[in-house]
Amino acid sequence: MVTLNDYLLVSGLLFTLGFAGVLLRRNIIIIFMALELMLNAANLSLVAFSRFNGAEGLPNYNGQMLVFFIITVAAAEVAVGLAIIVALYRARQTTNVEDLNSLKF
Amino acid sequence: MSPILFWIFSALMLGFGAATIVNRNPVASALSLVVSFLGLAALFFSLDAYFIGVIQILVYAGAVMVLFLFIIMLLDLKAEQRRQLNLPVLIGGTGLALLFVAQIVLVLHSFPAGKKPLIPLTAPLNDASNIGMTLFSNYNLPFQVIGVLILVASIGVVVLSKRELK
Repeated sequence: MVTLNDYLLVSGLLFTLGFAGVLLRRNIIIIFMALELMLNAANLSLVAFSRFNGAEGLPNYNGQMLVFFIITVAAAEVAVGLAIIVALYRARQTTNVEDLNSLKF
Repeated sequence: MSPILFWIFSALMLGFGAATIVNRNPVASALSLVVSFLGLAALFFSLDAYFIGVIQILVYAGAVMVLFLFIIMLLDLKAEQRRQLNLPVLIGGTGLALLFVAQIVLVLHSFPAGKKPLIPLTAPLNDASNIGMTLFSNYNLPFQVIGVLILVASIGVVVLSKRELK
């Protein structure tokens, strides 16, 4: 039988993958994709909690509402972030974060 | 959903998620991310969240990933050159990730509420209708605010994409 802990473990592993991607990769677009993985891991645990803590034989829809809003905000964030990356590429001709160090102390 | 299907889709999602961050070619990364999102949508279906699963496929695997692929191909990114390995970053990043996994396992081990199995729903599930009722009654104001947010985002993107950023 699948339990809540299984879903939370899978969600935690997905979050870890995104976390490791942000820390280890140097390509800014891949870092952006890893951020998406982390957002989706949060979504998975929210939906799991909503399903397992339901009342009157239905899931708890408040959790799914939060997931709906996260997906909307994430889509807007991707559009703005990619526009910034394009502007950055136009200015510097690179997507490698190690070459983008003019703000570094 | 049977446990076998749950583990198959979890493995699919995690495997292609790992492929996303391991691949050197950005296009291969983006396509792995699509498969990972499809696995996640299947997990949403297994949790009876049909509307959220469909939204996941439409918005993430559809719109967002098309945007990613479009930008990758617009910038004409090639596979990364193999750079000199930054050993402290590699060890530190992997160590932090493993530490995080260990912490999750420890916390879940001492979480008695997580041991309950998935009981089938008893009430008839009108998923889209229930979500619509909740969205437009309890969450009407946040929904309107989200509309303003998307408007601001689209105007911001147009401003950012203008030729002169002076």
